Amino acid sequence: MDLIGKKKFDFVKNRRIAYIISAVIIMVGLVSIIFQGFNFGIDFAGGTLIQINFSEPVSTAEVRRVLGDFNLGQSTIQNLSGSEFVIRTERIDIEKRKEILSSFEENLSELEILRVETVGPVIGENLKKLALYALLFAFVGIILYITVRFEFKFSIASILALFHDCMIVLGIFSLLGKEITIPLIAAILTIIGYSLNNTIVILDRLRENIKFKTRETFENLINFSINQSLSRTINTALTTILPILALYFFGGNILSDFALALFLGMIAGTYSSIFIASPLLLEWNKIFKVQQKGIRITEKKGRK
Amino acid sequence: MNWNRTLRVASIFIVIIIAIFLSSPINEKINLGLDLQGGSHIILECVDTPNAPVDNDAVNRVLEIIRNRIDQLGVSEPVIQRQGANRILVQLPGVEDPEAAVEIIGKTALLEFKDEAGITQLTGAHLLNAKTNFDQFSRPIVLIEFDKIGAKEFGDATKSNVGKVLAITLDGKEISTPVVQEPILDGKAQITGKFTVESANHLAILLRAGALPVQVEILENRSVGPTLGRDSITKGIKAGIVGLILILTFMLIYYKGFGLVADFALVVCILLIVGALAGLKATLTLPGIAGMILTIGMAVDANILIFERIKEELRLEKTFRASIDAGFSKAFRTIFDANVTTLIAALALFYFGSGPIKGFAVTLSIGILASMFTAIVVTRIVLELAATKFSSKALV
Repeated sequence: MDLIGKKKFDFVKNRRIAYIISAVIIMVGLVSIIFQGFNFGIDFAGGTLIQINFSEPVSTAEVRRVLGDFNLGQSTIQNLSGSEFVIRTERIDIEKRKEILSSFEENLSELEILRVETVGPVIGENLKKLALYALLFAFVGIILYITVRFEFKFSIASILALFHDCMIVLGIFSLLGKEITIPLIAAILTIIGYSLNNTIVILDRLRENIKFKTRETFENLINFSINQSLSRTINTALTTILPILALYFFGGNILSDFALALFLGMIAGTYSSIFIASPLLLEWNKIFKVQQKGIRITEKKGRK
Repeated sequence: MNWNRTLRVASIFIVIIIAIFLSSPINEKINLGLDLQGGSHIILECVDTPNAPVDNDAVNRVLEIIRNRIDQLGVSEPVIQRQGANRILVQLPGVEDPEAAVEIIGKTALLEFKDEAGITQLTGAHLLNAKTNFDQFSRPIVLIEFDKIGAKEFGDATKSNVGKVLAITLDGKEISTPVVQEPILDGKAQITGKFTVESANHLAILLRAGALPVQVEILENRSVGPTLGRDSITKGIKAGIVGLILILTFMLIYYKGFGLVADFALVVCILLIVGALAGLKATLTLPGIAGMILTIGMAVDANILIFERIKEELRLEKTFRASIDAGFSKAFRTIFDANVTTLIAALALFYFGSGPIKGFAVTLSIGILASMFTAIVVTRIVLELAATKFSSKALV
């Protein structure tokens, strides 16, 4: 087999560019997270969400004016279509909700209540804790699994790549002021589980190549493994992104942020599988001065 | 075709038939979550007040009274559960007006009769019955009837307040301020407030079921109206179909004959997922639909891994049959590892999950298992059969 001939792109040589791109995106996100923080949705912050559909087109300003009569002028108002609104306020009880809704009907137009969600602060705190536990559980579970199946340094590289993906999604969500909701946590957990798929495909290749091609340098093996798996990495990512795009454009407003998070996560995950995870193994070897030479193994018969 | 292979083909068909059988007719066999069929999810907490401290007995009585109220609302298959020491979970699938339901459930509904000095003369504790009717101006009214003790108390109260106002209050709010014309001794009275038919009916329900012994607070309430639920289903199906068509087309264009095999496996996979959802009586939620759509994308991944491996083996000039065997055995471990990690994440979600997200975790897990099965079993047998009829050139 001709290693060099098959090599199309030198990922190892260009890895610093990839590191810089990732670092910049993560830093921007991190700055936003630190200074702007997260826009916690009512799931975590507590509050009330009302989704209504007026029978006639109504402007956001009109809705805000009516809310102002109830000292709720600062509420988040999202206009989904000419007549459909999602309103996020502090927590209000049913009596006040009734007053507000009848005031809408008197001042603006007839309406239909599509959705009402109220979450108290106790539940919100509780959910925050649960979300954190779930994320921890997933991270620890995956580290353990990868460590058992691969080497420890493989699991470190995968986890760093995972961390990279999550930070990018969270950073962009903070930057865009998108709400942190329970479905977003579900999306992050899915990204954690899925983003590993591509990393595993490449690392698996590397593991195989380390066994059989002991005369190559580690740099070449990494490059070779990434290039060898490149078309499947891109295709599997593409087939997963296609339905996510369908979900984003056709799945309705309740799922659109969820789909957006998955989309960002898949892009970041694919990128990190190719450009970050495997090259990190090289850094590990350099830092800990590991000589990746292995035992000389003659290549299998039938493989030329 | 050898016997072993015939057996495998037969068992796949049996699995598919079982899945179809379990899931048809589909609109009856799939449980829809509250977010899809409309309904309310409410968590109540009994809170201590100086007058009414919460104890175990009080929580049980609250549970009982709320159950009575919900029964009278006519909700089919409600869930009313105690959660921990002081909390009560209420789920009302399919209620037309979730806000009204929430209002009825959370009210203390303490009926009081107060004299002009604002002193409580008696409460609704000794009510026998309450029902709606209309007065001579056909305005809705609520007729109440006291039991023996109540009738005596009510008689005393009206006797000492003749010619004066005896205000009727619910949870401290005045609903009517009638002037007592003469003592009422038969224990029957009518409440004439500014009722609509609906509000009179709700008051009657509350009075019949009785007042809650302690104050309750609504900690969490998620209500979806039936319109949005239906809308979510329509949009979910649309997104699913668009996603499916995109993938089927992509696979066909990029992988040609192999793509056709993957497309077949994908359709089988979807049938299995739906069958498993129905068979396990799992609840399909909106995030659950998202999970299914996501799985559609993930399901072909395993096929792509396998095909790429087979292509590589073919490049080494192995026979088609040998390439299939080598491709599967080399891809298997990767497919397995990759899916286990997603399953770990799904498991974390399941434990974390409140209702809708649990639905996501369930469909995702079922989807992963179904896609592994179809890739490793269905795709393989189809390829093996293809290898007996075609050369590898026809597929690649």
